[in-house]
Amino acid sequence: MTNKRVTDTAVTHTTVTGERVRKRRGSALGRLWRQSTGRFGLIVVGLVVLTAAVSLVWTPFDPQRVEITDRWAPPGWPHLLGTDNTGRDMLSMIMAGARTTVFVAVGAGIVATVFGVLLAALGALTARWVRETVAVLVDILIAFPVLLIAMMISAVWGGSLWIVVWAVGIGFGVNIARVMRPELRRVLRSDFVMAGKASGLTPLQNLGRHLLPNVAPVFIVQLSWSMAVAVLAEAGLSYLGFGASVTEPSWGRLLADLQGFLTVYPLSVVWPGLVITITVLALNLLGDAIREATDPTLREARGSTRREGGPSARRARTHIPEVIS
Amino acid sequence: MIRYALTRLLLLLAGLLVASVLIFATLRVLPGDVAQLIAGAQGTPEQVAAIRDRLNLDQPVVAQYLEWIGGLLRGDLGTSLITGAPVVTELVQKADVTVPLGLMSLLIALLFSLPLGVLSAIRRNRAGGTAINVGSQALAAVPVVWAGMMLVVVFAVWLGWLPAQGFPREGWGNPGAAFRSLLLPALTIGIVEGALLLRFVRSATMQAAGEDFVRTAAAKGLTRTQALLRHGLPSVGLSVITVLALQVAGIIVGSVIIEELFALPGIGRMLVADVGARDLPKVQGELLVLTGFVLLLGFVVDIVHRVLDPRQREAQ
Repeated sequence: MTNKRVTDTAVTHTTVTGERVRKRRGSALGRLWRQSTGRFGLIVVGLVVLTAAVSLVWTPFDPQRVEITDRWAPPGWPHLLGTDNTGRDMLSMIMAGARTTVFVAVGAGIVATVFGVLLAALGALTARWVRETVAVLVDILIAFPVLLIAMMISAVWGGSLWIVVWAVGIGFGVNIARVMRPELRRVLRSDFVMAGKASGLTPLQNLGRHLLPNVAPVFIVQLSWSMAVAVLAEAGLSYLGFGASVTEPSWGRLLADLQGFLTVYPLSVVWPGLVITITVLALNLLGDAIREATDPTLREARGSTRREGGPSARRARTHIPEVIS
Repeated sequence: MIRYALTRLLLLLAGLLVASVLIFATLRVLPGDVAQLIAGAQGTPEQVAAIRDRLNLDQPVVAQYLEWIGGLLRGDLGTSLITGAPVVTELVQKADVTVPLGLMSLLIALLFSLPLGVLSAIRRNRAGGTAINVGSQALAAVPVVWAGMMLVVVFAVWLGWLPAQGFPREGWGNPGAAFRSLLLPALTIGIVEGALLLRFVRSATMQAAGEDFVRTAAAKGLTRTQALLRHGLPSVGLSVITVLALQVAGIIVGSVIIEELFALPGIGRMLVADVGARDLPKVQGELLVLTGFVLLLGFVVDIVHRVLDPRQREAQ
């Protein structure tokens, strides 16, 4: 299903921009896999999800088990990554923390999707004054740093992982809307949507058959990047004490717990930080790889005869993710 | 130009309005009984009544909002619920730490991202360019807290060159010590922010390499690199200006976390403490100042960009 859609996209894309239609071989997933960045992203994201799933039924030790006699065990057997100041097993805590990471990334992804698509649709498909108002509103909202939104909500309701999900979701929904709105409007004016209309498709059928598949790649790329920021935001907010509660396993919380021992056991903070970094890197690279695999204007630009990329390429290349964490 | 500036000014004012309404609504209107919330579960009815009185909660919402905005226009951001001190005074005092920290971070970020970004674009098919590219990609994924911790481990714990935490009690009265205590925090934010900026500079340079005027210069006898450096860099510089506002927003966010990690008495750490203590009027003022600053900066950057970029001038 997905494969077919993305392949469709590639062909229509080239037609619209008036370029040579090139035949693409292999599924979208296969194309991702052939890029080293895409492969790395897929493997790491898969591993994190798998770890989170496994931790539900099994971890080497109970991540909450306090065993004072075992504290500060160095990496080795039976504690592969060592233990913390109360003798909790580091590997088990990191495995359990993957659950929180997956929860926040997926949750924020869903909120961002609903919010972003809604805003983009409002900004592209409605009457002119609604469209313009939404566009201005999006331009304004995009300036709000996600962390500040999260802290604002925490001030009222107290911190929790749900707040991270909502804050990042809303913050990135705005980003998605900002990128998708012009894309939607461009596709809306394209020949094949016109042709669809002319051949008697209802607006809804046209939306499903022509509009969505064409904006899907842009959207998936944004989503991947949003999830990377969600992981960073969870770590940052949990570190500040506005994310995961004391009983919830979280990589960011782990950093906060270990901070006090930085001068005595400096290497204890290496593990949680490293897993966060690798996860974020994987999601970033996955986003880049999806963009490379689906945006033909970028491919052309890589060739020896350089040509100016289309507006979408220009916008895509000037992406810088907001840092939060 | 005037027309553009006026339109942009209108957008700025709209932005400030939206920001103030959103912040006010989230902190004052949505939670239900704000007074009870602030007093907490143990709050006596008298305490709740006192808070209600202080915040003028008995008046209609619109009147409360207008009063807050009226105060803002007179430079009054309200007072802390807990200490009773005016928010403005405390903000100005804490800015002593946060503003130098932000400027130092920005300087560090620019100093290493501009040359390395251009270099990695020019040398993108060589080992050096690839190394910078991979390194910046990895650095951009590092959580700021962890970057700070690692720098503390290296420079404070192992080498013992710089303090791990804190700020001198006498502040800038002891400039050497104050500067030293800001160095590691600024380096942390600068490196992480700089890695993102580097990636942007790299892609902007690569894009400039494909522009017609660079190709023309190369056709007239310059080498590709010469053409890029002489004719392409100005347009790279302009693109960097456009993301400067975003960078500063990133630095503000980074400083919230980094001030907490390094126990610096700045605006970020004050905000964290106030959110934890539910000092809502104070949080309200602080958030508006921070978002207002980001919006204002976006405005200034857009105007400056418009003035500097000849292509934009001609487009009118």
